[in-house]
Amino acid sequence: MSALRILVPIKRVIDYAVKPRVNKTQTGVETAGVKHSMNPFDELSIEESVRIREKKSAPGGVEDICVISAGPTKAQDVLRTAMAMGADRAIHVEVKEGDDLEPLSVAKLLKAAAEQHKSNLVILGKQSIDDDANQTGQMLAGLLGWPQATQASKVEFGEGDSVTVTREVDGGAETLRAKLPLIITTDLRLNEPRYASLPNIMKAKKKPMEKKTLADFGITAERRLKVLGVTEPPARQGGGKVDDVDGMVAKLKELGAI
Amino acid sequence: MASRYPLTPGITRLARRVPIELGRHHALPRVQRQQSSLARAAATAVRCFSSSRPRQLQQTQQRCANNTKFTSETYPEIKRDGRFATITADHVSYFRGLLGTESAVIDGVTSDSAADDLEPFNSDWMRKYRGHCKLVLKPGSTDEVSKILKYCNDNMLAVVPQGGNTGLVGGSVPVFDEIVINLSRMNQIIDFDEVGGTLVAGAGCILEVADQFLASKGYIFPLDLGAKGSCQIGGNLSTNAGGLRLLRYGSLHGTVLGIEAVLPDGTIVDDLCKLRKNNTGYDLKQLFIGAEGTIGIITKVSIQCPQRSTAQNVAFFGLESFEKVQQAFREAKGQLSEILSAFELMDEGSQALIRDVTKNRKPLDDKYPFYCLIETSGSNADHDSEKLQAFLEDVMEKGIVSDGTLAQDETQIKALWAWREGITEALGHLGGVYKYDVSIPLKEMYQLVEDTRARVDAAGLLGDTDDHPVRAVVGYGHMGDSNLHLNVSTRRFDKRVEEVLEPFIYEWIEKRQGSISAEHGLGLQKKKYIGYSRNPTMVGLMRQIKTFFDPNGIMNPYKYL
Repeated sequence: MSALRILVPIKRVIDYAVKPRVNKTQTGVETAGVKHSMNPFDELSIEESVRIREKKSAPGGVEDICVISAGPTKAQDVLRTAMAMGADRAIHVEVKEGDDLEPLSVAKLLKAAAEQHKSNLVILGKQSIDDDANQTGQMLAGLLGWPQATQASKVEFGEGDSVTVTREVDGGAETLRAKLPLIITTDLRLNEPRYASLPNIMKAKKKPMEKKTLADFGITAERRLKVLGVTEPPARQGGGKVDDVDGMVAKLKELGAI
Repeated sequence: MASRYPLTPGITRLARRVPIELGRHHALPRVQRQQSSLARAAATAVRCFSSSRPRQLQQTQQRCANNTKFTSETYPEIKRDGRFATITADHVSYFRGLLGTESAVIDGVTSDSAADDLEPFNSDWMRKYRGHCKLVLKPGSTDEVSKILKYCNDNMLAVVPQGGNTGLVGGSVPVFDEIVINLSRMNQIIDFDEVGGTLVAGAGCILEVADQFLASKGYIFPLDLGAKGSCQIGGNLSTNAGGLRLLRYGSLHGTVLGIEAVLPDGTIVDDLCKLRKNNTGYDLKQLFIGAEGTIGIITKVSIQCPQRSTAQNVAFFGLESFEKVQQAFREAKGQLSEILSAFELMDEGSQALIRDVTKNRKPLDDKYPFYCLIETSGSNADHDSEKLQAFLEDVMEKGIVSDGTLAQDETQIKALWAWREGITEALGHLGGVYKYDVSIPLKEMYQLVEDTRARVDAAGLLGDTDDHPVRAVVGYGHMGDSNLHLNVSTRRFDKRVEEVLEPFIYEWIEKRQGSISAEHGLGLQKKKYIGYSRNPTMVGLMRQIKTFFDPNGIMNPYKYL
């Protein structure tokens, strides 16, 4: 079996524990001064790649784990985190803050990257929690002409480049088998991401990080979609509190419920 | 773009990492559940070991309370004070007339049907103390508190002021038939000065609710503790709670600007000052802070709140010896100085118990005798994380720290904190706990745990099997404040354990001029032991103050002094 060369695309997003706020012009979400971290699904991708190596679950072994992120300079922070978790090297594609790429552009970029770096397995988060598109993995599979297994909850390797993936579907699990090269997108039950240890955080600083631009991959940030407006969901109507049974009965009567 | 709805990744991850806390998610105060970010609610639950009472916990409380011995049986030497009157139907009807609404009075005097409703007010959450209270009053205003106290004072009815009832020394539950005055209805946020940062709130306001209100204004409550989802700020003041932010923001004696309180004779002490500086006469509010409801009831609070830090970082590391913990603390103070907001210590024993209970993934691969948690808070995330990184690299290189991790996102920050804040809850799941909250000079701080463990072991009480009453002797605490929590986790109640522990521990502390109660207070548990930390002159003066304010002794009797 061929040795695995895994490509793991990751994205820097608003930390999922932070409540996002719509900006004043209602064109997007306020990002300035808001805590950002790695897209939680992407942590699963990295964890899975590192586990495949550590557990020696692939017969051909893991030759390379490369993480890639397109975004502002700050995206390098999440790339460092990924390397602290166990990735070997990183590619940062500089994209100006605000010039967000659409899923198709990202997929085109990843196609070029996978070809340049001779990847035979791409593990992506099933979606990023900021725009929830859930498209990039699928588009990438289409562009590359590779098989895809989305929403993976278990990944196993067999003889002759075959990979068995259990995926989460409505009402249960579905098991697929495909051959490398392959696209996998991760779902929550796949694993539990590790904490980056201090020694590894320090080592990660010395791991190589290539700095690229979109042009290096022959891509332009073309926009096909236009955001017309972004609004907060309607505020929940607050409930009332009653002091006792009499109060409740009175309230129900007032509302015409009894 | 607007919808970050699938917050599920976090929730599921949390569910895996902190199952217990998530299980208690329902027990959070309502306000929190309304937050649009479910994930945040789930994550905050990590910090909450008790529930907003009495609604949700009632059932478990009842079940457990039935097994809990009455305090009067556990301590037969405490006798009911004959000067106090017994509550009669006349008293109850007076209170009913006074308070008006049905829900403000829980009456077990004239009918038996309220027995279940009374249970949560009669017992503490650790199930160590249980009283015989038959009447709970929930006043809704200072005026009502005043009238209640005046009536009780005139009729020699003893009372116990009660907040969230999350105390650890039995100060907030009655011993005999004292009337419980619960302040949960006085939970309004009355005023907030957005420029100065002064918050005025009712005593019954839940700490977490106050803190969330402040968060929306960019401020922070200068106090934070594990029970914040249940405890009330009036109770926090009355017990002079310390908690996790003391290192940074100081004690309540400094942050509280004013209080409104009611004396036993009904006098309303209006000292709701909103000024930071006020050098006019004796600072009487200080007497109420930490008085545990023995001289009056705090009804309103005015407190100075600092600006909330926008950037927080948390690091967690393992160390080989207590010697190294001290070195790390010194380095942290030196290198992190103004951004250091917490330095917490946990020993392997305490972490092993959390692992047993929660089955969470541990932050570090290997085991170490000691773990520390460092939190930094500042205004500039980049500046802080650069400082923290440099510090961590330095202590790693010097070999002070053996291994560690740095939280990469908010989830990890909360998960790491759970390893410190979850200890109390984890221990609670495993059975009875003897808790000692002590202050000892840093150098000898952990020696107490080792000496106690050796002593319990020598008595043949400590072991892994059911033959031994003691499961573990563990230590953790606020290193930054020289405050150690020595906990002895037991499988069952055994009189021998207590005999081995006391007065040994108190004498040990006295020899080192430590405090037998750093932040938990005296309550019922430590009333007898005040002499180990205060000399007779001081205790005498305290008694005079008590008599001056409460000549009839109706306020929280049998406790404190």
